[in-house]
Amino acid sequence: MDFSLVNRYDQDNVVVGKLDQLINWARSGSPWFFQFGLACCAIEMIAAAQPRYDLERFGIMPRATPRMADVMIVSGTVTLKMATRLKRLYEQMANPKYVVSMGSCANSGGPYWQHGYHVVKGVDLVVPVDVYIPGCPPRPEALLEGLLHLKKKIREETPLRKAA
Amino acid sequence: MEFPEIVKQIEAAFPEAAVSVDDTAGCILIASENWLAVAEYLKTDPGTAFDALMCLTGYDRGPEGVLGAAYNLYSMEHAHKLEVRIETPRDDSTIPSVAHIWRTADWHEREVYDMFGITFDGHPDLRRMLLPDDWEGHPLRKDYQIPDFFHGIPVPKDKRGWE
Amino acid sequence: MTTSEAIRKNFGVVEAEEMVLNMGPQHPSTHGVLRLKIRTDGEIISHIEPHIGYLHRCFEKHCENLTYPQVIPYTDRCDYLASMNNNHIYVLAVEKLMGLEVPERVEYIRVIMAELQRIASHLMAVGAHGLDTGGITPITYTFRDRERILDLFEYTCGARLLYNYIWIGGVSHDLPPDFVQYATEFLDYFEPKIVEYNRLLTYNKIFIERSADVGVLPADVAVNYGASGPVLRGSGIDWDLRRNDPYSIYDRFEFDIPIGTGEMGTVGDSWDRYFVRVREMEESVKILRQALARLPKDGDVHAAIPKKVRPPEGAIYFRGENPRGELGFYIISDGSPKPYRLKMRSPAFVNLSVFSEIATGWMLADIISILGSLDIVLGEIDR
Repeated sequence: MDFSLVNRYDQDNVVVGKLDQLINWARSGSPWFFQFGLACCAIEMIAAAQPRYDLERFGIMPRATPRMADVMIVSGTVTLKMATRLKRLYEQMANPKYVVSMGSCANSGGPYWQHGYHVVKGVDLVVPVDVYIPGCPPRPEALLEGLLHLKKKIREETPLRKAA
Repeated sequence: MEFPEIVKQIEAAFPEAAVSVDDTAGCILIASENWLAVAEYLKTDPGTAFDALMCLTGYDRGPEGVLGAAYNLYSMEHAHKLEVRIETPRDDSTIPSVAHIWRTADWHEREVYDMFGITFDGHPDLRRMLLPDDWEGHPLRKDYQIPDFFHGIPVPKDKRGWE
Repeated sequence: MTTSEAIRKNFGVVEAEEMVLNMGPQHPSTHGVLRLKIRTDGEIISHIEPHIGYLHRCFEKHCENLTYPQVIPYTDRCDYLASMNNNHIYVLAVEKLMGLEVPERVEYIRVIMAELQRIASHLMAVGAHGLDTGGITPITYTFRDRERILDLFEYTCGARLLYNYIWIGGVSHDLPPDFVQYATEFLDYFEPKIVEYNRLLTYNKIFIERSADVGVLPADVAVNYGASGPVLRGSGIDWDLRRNDPYSIYDRFEFDIPIGTGEMGTVGDSWDRYFVRVREMEESVKILRQALARLPKDGDVHAAIPKKVRPPEGAIYFRGENPRGELGFYIISDGSPKPYRLKMRSPAFVNLSVFSEIATGWMLADIISILGSLDIVLGEIDR
């Protein structure tokens, strides 16, 4: 098992650990993402969910609405017209919520940074981002690694202390 | 039909319409006020029978120059093509709409309106096509300035730290 | 009898208060960030208005500020499912403007890449249409085969999705060793798979119920709207630019042009548009076999690449057949290294404009099937 509970008493079926870690383990097990394709990167996101790369083996599944999702993968160029909608979608997600910025466009405006009068130069101007994945577009492997980094990040959180 | 024949036919039907003819590019410049009648003629006349509008492009001849629209017509029946251009002054740019003749023009005219600010007279629903409704300016004009902010989101790239 | 006529007959004209329903820009079945404003009368659509522009990335503004070769990567990103075709047609437009001749081998390599890309794009369209109508399995099958095409591309130029492979006057890399063998192996593998798709999806009872007789696009409406590609051919019009207005070396190959026949319902319904795509994959396989067999052995693919790309003053409209239809580039050159004006006539933009015409009068659930059969790519619609 990949979660790090401090002591294990296997014979007695008793696990002792911090509550924080238990919550983190539960949260990081299935970060369902939100099926929301913006541009070219969305095709690689779909490819990652298909048999060859098979995201579901990591417990990561696409969901159709923001209400069911934990992770928003911003897969592509965010335009000014889209930015307000993107913000609203982010606000519709239930806590805890995470944002993965996939590809150069979402990271920084990508190839459209110079003359793009209608392109947001980085989605972090609109919503807070947890993981940035470079590439134009990133390969499905890169997306996998980014999501595994996100899982690692979730496991290192201290949700109870944050609440207090 | 070859290009010179088509031009001859248009000139016979509308002696005043053609402003200039460019033989090498195969394009004909038509006065804006005659365009509607010429368009209807080109579509319905059995000799020309231009049933398909392939492309509609707006263009800008610089901050001092005129605005224009180029119509690329094609006849699926006769397999001949024609380029028609309409030019209109910058400060009061109006071109009659041909959306009811070729439905392709409907969305393309909206796009040209969005990007260049050319008004198409008689268009059923002339609104912005791609940009938000409250956008200011027409971006493909050569003298367009990129705004600094749009609804509080900075538009030009913040280059501090890497330049 | 169409569905809506049947409903009217069975239930009479139901007078209800109209409701406005907003679909998108985030919706799993809009293939991107399309927003539809739907006015419905109960379940029946009385008016539909597509709102686009949520992915407007200022392609044409970029073109005016970049040199001709620098535009090629941006054409990739316009229609990200058919990057090779976009490269190909843009490059041919610039070459025609410059009057540039390219070596025989380059022409063949380009056609091979364009046809492989056409298969890959249609696989995505077929799978996604299946997904939209409720079958999750077909897309996993089509992606399995699409990945093999992407492997061939990756082997050739190193990229999976956006290639920047076809350059003005040549291609970026020559074919790698044994490419012809691998490509032939792929075709041998792929051809029987089309039968599998037909068994899995095409003749599936549920899929036929969802798509046959739905969203009928009459031929005259299709022509008047300027629809092209499988959408036009699905309406029974025998029209393909590869044959009717040949470009590159397409006049040297023998292939058929599949058209909609109304096999399951009416000519021009969603099922016809879908099936035209399936049969086009077979035709692309035919072209590929001929091109691979006749590929010239020698020839430097970089020989004709010009040092400076400065087309003479003038304007050109050049068009070609993209998987979605007639892709055109209108370029005005002022003799400088940058285009003065470049307009992309995108096929999906025009095909989507038909949508409100053909979706009116159908049930709410049918628009998903109609939209899937139009096979739109928002990157190209919004540019």
